[in-house]
Amino acid sequence: MSPQRGQDARDSGKARILVIEDDTPMRRFLRAALSNEGYQVVEAETGQAGLTSLLSHIPDLILLDLGLPDMDGTSILERVREWSRVPIVVLSARGQEADKVDALNLGADDYLTKPFGVPELLARILVALRHATQLRDAAGEQAAQFLTGDIAVDLGRRRVMVRGEVVHLTPIEYRLLATFVRNPGRVLTHAYLLREVWGLSGTSQAHYLRIYVASLRKKLEVDPADPRYLVTEQGVGYRLNEL
Amino acid sequence: MQEPRRPDPDKLLEQIQEQDRRASRGRLKIFFGYIAGVGKTFAMLDAAQRLAAAGTDVVVGYVETHGRAETDALLAGLEALSPLMVEHRGIKLREFDLDAALARHPAVVLVDELAHTNAPGLRHRKRWQDVEELLEAGIGVFTTMNVQHLESLNDVIRDVTGIQVKETVPDGIFDEADSVEVIDLPPGELLERLRQGKVYMATQAAHAMEHFFNGPNLGALREIALRRTADRIHGHIESSQLEKDVRHQIWRITDTLLVCVGPSPTSAKVIRVSKRMAASINARWIAASVETTRTRSMSEGQRLRLNENMQLAQGLGAETVSLSGDDVAEEVVSYAQSQNVTRIVIGKSRQSRWRGLIRPNIVSQLLEKSGDIDIYVIQGMGETGEAPLQARPAPVRRWRPYAATIGLVVVAWVAALLLQQANLSEANKAVVFFPAVVLAAMWWGLGPGVVAAVASVLAFDFFFVPPYYTFAVRDIQYFFTLLVLAVVALLVGTLAARLRRQVQTSRVREKRLEVLYRLSHSLSGISGAQQLAVAAQQQVATILGGAVSIYLPDGTLLEPVVSTTGGQMASHHELAVATWAYEHGQIAGNGTDTLPDARAIYLPLKTPQATVGVLAVEPPRTGFFFSPDRRQLLETVAGQIGIALERDQLAEQRSSALVDAETEKMRSSLLSSVSHDLRTPLAVIAGTSSTLLEMGDNADRSTRQALLTEVYDESNRLTRLVENLLSITRLESGLTVVEKEWFPVEDVVGSALGRLRKETAGRSINIAIPPELPLVPLDGVLIDQVLFNLLDNALKYSPAGSPIDISARGEQGSVVIEVADRGSGLAEGEHEQIFEKLHRGMASKEGGRGAGLGLAIARAIVDAHGGSIWAAARLGGGALFSFRLPVGSTPDVPHEDEADEAR
Repeated sequence: MSPQRGQDARDSGKARILVIEDDTPMRRFLRAALSNEGYQVVEAETGQAGLTSLLSHIPDLILLDLGLPDMDGTSILERVREWSRVPIVVLSARGQEADKVDALNLGADDYLTKPFGVPELLARILVALRHATQLRDAAGEQAAQFLTGDIAVDLGRRRVMVRGEVVHLTPIEYRLLATFVRNPGRVLTHAYLLREVWGLSGTSQAHYLRIYVASLRKKLEVDPADPRYLVTEQGVGYRLNEL
Repeated sequence: MQEPRRPDPDKLLEQIQEQDRRASRGRLKIFFGYIAGVGKTFAMLDAAQRLAAAGTDVVVGYVETHGRAETDALLAGLEALSPLMVEHRGIKLREFDLDAALARHPAVVLVDELAHTNAPGLRHRKRWQDVEELLEAGIGVFTTMNVQHLESLNDVIRDVTGIQVKETVPDGIFDEADSVEVIDLPPGELLERLRQGKVYMATQAAHAMEHFFNGPNLGALREIALRRTADRIHGHIESSQLEKDVRHQIWRITDTLLVCVGPSPTSAKVIRVSKRMAASINARWIAASVETTRTRSMSEGQRLRLNENMQLAQGLGAETVSLSGDDVAEEVVSYAQSQNVTRIVIGKSRQSRWRGLIRPNIVSQLLEKSGDIDIYVIQGMGETGEAPLQARPAPVRRWRPYAATIGLVVVAWVAALLLQQANLSEANKAVVFFPAVVLAAMWWGLGPGVVAAVASVLAFDFFFVPPYYTFAVRDIQYFFTLLVLAVVALLVGTLAARLRRQVQTSRVREKRLEVLYRLSHSLSGISGAQQLAVAAQQQVATILGGAVSIYLPDGTLLEPVVSTTGGQMASHHELAVATWAYEHGQIAGNGTDTLPDARAIYLPLKTPQATVGVLAVEPPRTGFFFSPDRRQLLETVAGQIGIALERDQLAEQRSSALVDAETEKMRSSLLSSVSHDLRTPLAVIAGTSSTLLEMGDNADRSTRQALLTEVYDESNRLTRLVENLLSITRLESGLTVVEKEWFPVEDVVGSALGRLRKETAGRSINIAIPPELPLVPLDGVLIDQVLFNLLDNALKYSPAGSPIDISARGEQGSVVIEVADRGSGLAEGEHEQIFEKLHRGMASKEGGRGAGLGLAIARAIVDAHGGSIWAAARLGGGALFSFRLPVGSTPDVPHEDEADEAR
């Protein structure tokens, strides 16, 4: 994919989205919702057709249904990730948490649980597109500043401000928060966080993560038991919401 | 005499199954000759060539052409398996490669010389067993054999020709072969071929064979071969096997023949004679051996011989039975009567005449007791080429009872001396010797008893009969005293010894019964195949003393479950033997004909349906399981374990059937109730959207908005209902696995609230979770669902704008989480009911919409966590839902020093 072309497409608000979904009404709904927002939509009914379209249309993002008739969704993911970093948002049903985790660990950027509303869909697409741009544009230097709601994180100066006051974090808390800040709006799996922050492989120490998320919430959230920023995606991981 | 019987349905079924089995079996064709050199191999290859030309998949498994050019020529163009090279005592032997043939799985395989004995170390002892396995695997077999290799004709041919053939084939194989082609050649032509050197003879056999190859011998052999084949054809023509047997059962008054089998080498001949006799009168025949105290003290050689004889009988088609008791004749006759036996066959025993006087030999005892059963006495004959009977095993400490006996006699002598001091009569002195005789016989058996009797008479004569200190007897009166003393002493001793033997026999029997009782008792209370195997292994190890293992199938592979030697027995080779026994449902390993070089003996654990496992026992010493009583005990034990495993399987099937029925019932009631709840929102959606379509542009903006909102809300309701249905189905079908991880309570409360963000808008949600609350082991996704359902419930059953309180507290070893609302609360007596499926709260503001699954799901999940859930009225109005989750231990918690704070 040419960065130049992708850039232009997004600038003009015309990012191209490949929808790989076997259900016709679902495709129709997605086409309507996405076209309405100014996206170009390419549809593929099967995994095979999707892989072909990926080559011929060079989309900026893929919406991938995990339950396709011809190919396993995860194997499509693997095939795409062999050579492309195009952002992928998977669509799956509730109760398939393990599948979602697999998909994310295989390189999917995010997921949506059916049924979902249009605002949710658009928010996920925006986050994924932006993340891809960040990766491409500034591989090393990420936005030094992160601002959302009443939280401000300055990665350059290692400073965290909540509601106007400087908050002290332990080194691990800080590393955890920095990981979230580098991936705003994206769901991060337990495995990913444990690896990034603790250097652990596997998820047997997931309670470490939960304890530190809880203590971060105490320092960031108004009500730590009803969090707005650091939300739990039960069975999958955590997400730092941008308000 | 037997009553005519109706056909037993079980037997019929068995025969039908047997037919099915035969249908899937490979076909066996035997090229049958009367002597080497008639051209069997040639004919077999010729037939194979024709089959191959017709397109059949024919493979040469093993053929011995003896370098004959014309035979060699026929091998051309046929695919041949390479022979297995086996080294035995430095000699390289070519053998048939059974496994290669099984793996290649052709339609027909050629295996020469059916009677061949395999080299040690191969799976089977005999080639015909290899062939059986091939047939069992559905592979057709062409093979060759000569008439003298037929088991039942073995001795006849020896009598005719003077040559003993050791390699034999059971008659059953020959009789059940699908076709037998007789390769005949007039003796004259054969002799001509011999002269031309066209007949191969091994050099060592050449001399003997030269004798053998003469006109009369060949003629006799040819006649026997042709007659035997004719007999076989006769049997086949009669009608199909099934009809024939049914007719036998209905119409025929069957003769039953019983042959007595002993450890004597002559027994083999007796067995063959009875086989022919049974075949000629078409009778059922039984081979019986009797186990007495004397057989118990048999040498290993004798035991082995007895075992071989019984196997021979079995191989010839006899039912075998091992009786036990002290009086052989008595046991045989009573068993014969119970089985309606019409003829008893026994070998002539070589008992010396004087022993016959003391104790009538078995033949005369049988004649005396047999009543209307005919007794046939056969002149046994030692068979050449067999190991001579071993002498009794070297008496180990055998002299001790005799020394003690002499001691007893000395004691009696001292007592008699004392009596003499007291001047008592000779009769009194004689009497004191009796206790010594009785005690010796009772304690140590007949031998010491007799010794005691003789010693007593001699001592009495020597010391107390004048002239003293000589064995001479002066007075005729004393002669009588001595005679009476001798007779009485012998009689008493014999009786005492017999009593002792009977006590011993019954003790052994009692012990065996006790062992079996203990085994079945210890297995009766256990469920689960693994646990059963462990218990059975321990019991069998204590009963039999050797190293014991039990193998159970894990999927399709057999695995040792428990073993005395901790897996040491499960070497690759041993496992292969176990697998063979399992797959074929037959005994194998040490002391059997199949894979006899294994370390252990392998018994299949059978139920009427299938083989469910294998019991392996390593004999503590060679030949340990040759003894019929031990083998029998082993088989009974295996049977018991099989029964226990079957009971377990049945119990499991029954309980799963019960669960199935229960689930089915639940499913149907759920379906009827849920279908209504599914249809309502669907009807609303369909109706509203069709209204929208009808109205088109006529609808004003606000109407359209209202209708669309309706559609959206109804589809959300539908979504939730479907989710609930799916989760209750998953929970109840056992598809949901609880995967516990350590969670802070806030984490799950937060995620549940996050999903209800829209519904909680405008409400105040008060959360009180103390910071010191421990981590709780739970499944995040499932407990999230519980909280979601409880909160959803609270929102549904309380007025808009009223607050909802969530709290948690630690209680000894558990954490309690509560969701409280200010709604109308629960109706009287509803507190327990609301957790039942399909129950709907009476106070729902939505008028009972919703399938009433939410709380049932919550309870199922909490139950699966080992916790409990309950509802109560809340102080000051409203409902209070609580659930408790057990905590138990605590995980390791990462600790970070606060001093390390980042700036």
